[in-house]
Amino acid sequence: MRVFHRLLVAALLLPVLALAQTPIKVGIANDLSGPFAALGAEARDGFNLALKQLGNKLGGHPAEFLQTDMGGNPDQAKQLVTRYIQRDKIDFFTGPIGSNVALAVGPALFAAKIPYLSNNPGPSQFAGAQCNDYWFGLSYQNDAFHEAAGKVAADRGFKKMVIIAPDYPAGKDALNGFKRGYKAAVNQEVYTKLGQIDYAAELAQLREAKPDAVYIFLPGGMGINFIKQFVSAGLNQNIKLVGPGFSADEDVIQAVGEPMIGMFNTAQWAFDLDNAQNKKFVEAFRKEYNNRNPSVYAAQAYDVIMAIDAAAKATGGNVSDRAAVLAALKKADFASVRGEFKYGVNNFPIQAYYARVIEKSADGRITNKLVGKVFDAYQDVYVGECKK
Amino acid sequence: MSSTLIAEQLLNGLQFGLMLFLIAAGLTLVFGILDILNVAHGSLYMAGAYVAAQTMQWTGSLLASIVVAAVVTGVVGLVIELVLIRKLVVRDHLAQVLGTFAIILIANDLVKMLWGPAPMMMNMPASLSGPVRLLPDLLYPAYRLLIIAVGLALALGLYLFVTRTRAGVLVRAGASNRQMATLMGVRVPLLFLGVFVLGAVLAAIAGALLGPVTAVQAGMGEQILILVLVCIVIGGIGSMRGAFVGALLVGFVDTAGRAFLPTLLKTFLSPAVASSVGPTLAAISIYLLMAVVLVFRPAGLFPARG
Amino acid sequence: MKKSSLTGALVLALLLAFPLVAPALDLGFYVSFVRRVLIFALAASSLNLILGYGGMVALGHAAFFGAGAYVVAMLSVEGLSHALIAWPLALLVTALLALFVGLVSLRTRDVYFIMITLAFAQMVYYIFISLRKYGGEDGVNLSSHSKLPWLELSNENTFYYVVLVIVLASLWLMNRFVQARFGQALQGIRENEARMEALGYPVMRLKLLAFVLAACFAALAGVLLANHNLFVSPSLMHWTESANLIIMVIVGGMGLKYGGLVGAAVMLSLEEFLRLYTDYWHMPLGALLLAIVLLAPHGLAGLWNSAVKKKEAVK
Repeated sequence: MRVFHRLLVAALLLPVLALAQTPIKVGIANDLSGPFAALGAEARDGFNLALKQLGNKLGGHPAEFLQTDMGGNPDQAKQLVTRYIQRDKIDFFTGPIGSNVALAVGPALFAAKIPYLSNNPGPSQFAGAQCNDYWFGLSYQNDAFHEAAGKVAADRGFKKMVIIAPDYPAGKDALNGFKRGYKAAVNQEVYTKLGQIDYAAELAQLREAKPDAVYIFLPGGMGINFIKQFVSAGLNQNIKLVGPGFSADEDVIQAVGEPMIGMFNTAQWAFDLDNAQNKKFVEAFRKEYNNRNPSVYAAQAYDVIMAIDAAAKATGGNVSDRAAVLAALKKADFASVRGEFKYGVNNFPIQAYYARVIEKSADGRITNKLVGKVFDAYQDVYVGECKK
Repeated sequence: MSSTLIAEQLLNGLQFGLMLFLIAAGLTLVFGILDILNVAHGSLYMAGAYVAAQTMQWTGSLLASIVVAAVVTGVVGLVIELVLIRKLVVRDHLAQVLGTFAIILIANDLVKMLWGPAPMMMNMPASLSGPVRLLPDLLYPAYRLLIIAVGLALALGLYLFVTRTRAGVLVRAGASNRQMATLMGVRVPLLFLGVFVLGAVLAAIAGALLGPVTAVQAGMGEQILILVLVCIVIGGIGSMRGAFVGALLVGFVDTAGRAFLPTLLKTFLSPAVASSVGPTLAAISIYLLMAVVLVFRPAGLFPARG
Repeated sequence: MKKSSLTGALVLALLLAFPLVAPALDLGFYVSFVRRVLIFALAASSLNLILGYGGMVALGHAAFFGAGAYVVAMLSVEGLSHALIAWPLALLVTALLALFVGLVSLRTRDVYFIMITLAFAQMVYYIFISLRKYGGEDGVNLSSHSKLPWLELSNENTFYYVVLVIVLASLWLMNRFVQARFGQALQGIRENEARMEALGYPVMRLKLLAFVLAACFAALAGVLLANHNLFVSPSLMHWTESANLIIMVIVGGMGLKYGGLVGAAVMLSLEEFLRLYTDYWHMPLGALLLAIVLLAPHGLAGLWNSAVKKKEAVK
């Protein structure tokens, strides 16, 4: 009799099951072999942790996650996204680390009505004139870290500042952002070559200028080179080093180590941020990945998956109703590892930004320590240009 | 602009130039003797840096790191020569570029598989991690002085090797006329093997030495290879003297460009224009230098062969 | 040669029929993929002209590819997207650039030529990175496809056929050049430049002409890529892109009629499929390159040719 009952129940459920069987598809374009390989690997680890915890389901519904490497190359990313849209028919997209890739693939995704949740880039174009309902700048707006750093420098009384960035639009944006937050004139603004290896010339200028602090926006290997050479020149004894969070996170610490101690940086998240979700996340990450601390890239990636999970739950797994999905995503009704936040009109977060300093923790590890809040509920400066 | 700054920038130019020479020496040697454009030289440099970084993490001794890096990379170079380079020596330059480029692809992924994609930590030995007071108000990083010292020593050593030792004479003989050298009893394949391994060892030493001041990561070889190629082209391929002069020229021009060009431009251009044009000009300064040299000397400054 | 012209006809028929058949086979996405292969085939073939036939190893060829794409993109930013104005302008600007670069570079030989073309490409790359108005390193999106009379390029299939026609016409044209006296002279220069000079050929002018011509075809490919991606970025002009093009030509077969086409098809397909299976996809790619260098010195088209010749010799 039991068997008959079970068969009956199964037969009745079949049509329902058939409907729910189309898995929710998330396209992830990983950055594993290009200039951001180290950061992309961190993001991938964050994604995978979330996937593992959710049992590869979203909102309890079956889901499929397509992960492919596009090497930080906009042309190849475009190719991959076209495949994701046309062949795999994804419902959500995320993955790239660099703003140039985000700008390259965004328009195609928006036109195809596929929500793009950013696990890192926050280009000003998408915050202002090109804002779009299908874009969710979940991470941060690029300028915010620099503005926060500027305020930190001003608050700490660094009267004489030298600021350095590579000679490309993101570099110029970074230094402009810093100046906005600093609200005073900087002593020197130095632009280096993209991909520069040796900073002796700039360090000599720094020594001659004798500033209170130097602010650097030197992503990736450039930052590692600069910091190592800065300390080797003995400049860290009298000049404080300030940077945005992404120049001072776990990947850089892993490569530079002790010389980084004392560096101030800003981010919207710190691994010792005191909220329940974050504590759980950090512990799970350490357990999964050999006692390694997560970086901001892993945290953001984790948040993206959780955000999609919440939206899937809210819409009952019916992700083809895009309007409902957008509304659910906009509500941001999930526990983020950075604490509370909500979206502004341009789908960029209004959130707190913190100051961190690198120091040696009690267990001998070199890591970031939270030292204060710089901004509370901070919205980016481009929101006014977004006319929706 | 104080005289101390100018002195410091001159030292910087010298140091950067010698840094490039360390890598250029091996490349031009191989090119000059074997007539092979080995673009995987950057990968040998990277291998040296990674092995040195790992040894540094295990032992904390810079000397040990350099030695182990040299030995391991030398062996790797040996294998590559026997398996691949030997077959490429008789082919045209293009096939050589393709074959050695294949090695770059494999090496970059291999290194990521072994050590992960994140850059690797290599710290300076504590004794060399601070500055040295050269003049009353000139502090210069001790480590960079070490680089200058090693660079100069290496330049002298290679010069003596190529001109004064029997092995060096054989090397030059093998380069200028392979058949004649073979007829005269020089075992050319063995000679080539030796030179290639020497090139690999030089690249490894450069990688180990530069590890503490640069980012040890996949792709680090290609980044610096471009600069090194510019050096040896300016100097003249195959010529050790050319590599030395070319590297120093590039070092000085690049440093001077970055240090003085923006300020120089500000004197007769508006600050806005100067700050946008200056860095770009500085970035392409070495390419401009190379183009200018090649216009007047299409085979570089000191071409090894006529 | 009958067999290879049969194969050629077959490939042509496949290419023509593909967009019509693809949706039925659920291969709709691959129309875009094949289109991309065709565009890169054009770029690689243009390089084959000077590399394969002329023996000039230009490590800066991607600069012309990118220049063509950028002119279209920059005009689009300024509001001008009529193909009949933008496209010829792209070719003209690139031709001028190539003329200048060629005049300076072609005095050098061998490795020095490689390096100086590389230097120019790097200069162009750094200049474009610093151009804020046109996106700089971020690149620039095109707001729409170029406007052609009667043809709507935003239609996937229409654009595919436009690309197919342009690429086939270009390949045919390049082949005509190679077969003509100009091409023969070029190959003669590759074999022995001194002899050609002694025979009275204007060697420098011939090389320059080939160089500019190749740049124009590369620019045409760039124009098409700008429309294909609706996006252009300086990374298109980086020396690694030039290296990719060289690899395509060598893998396909230098100095062979279909070298560019075969090379582009093989390399792009490999990249696409290897990527789906492993994150460390550079390794098998490197291994394949090694195999080709060591075992198939005339590239894959060369292998094909010798296989065909063997079969016909046996007959």
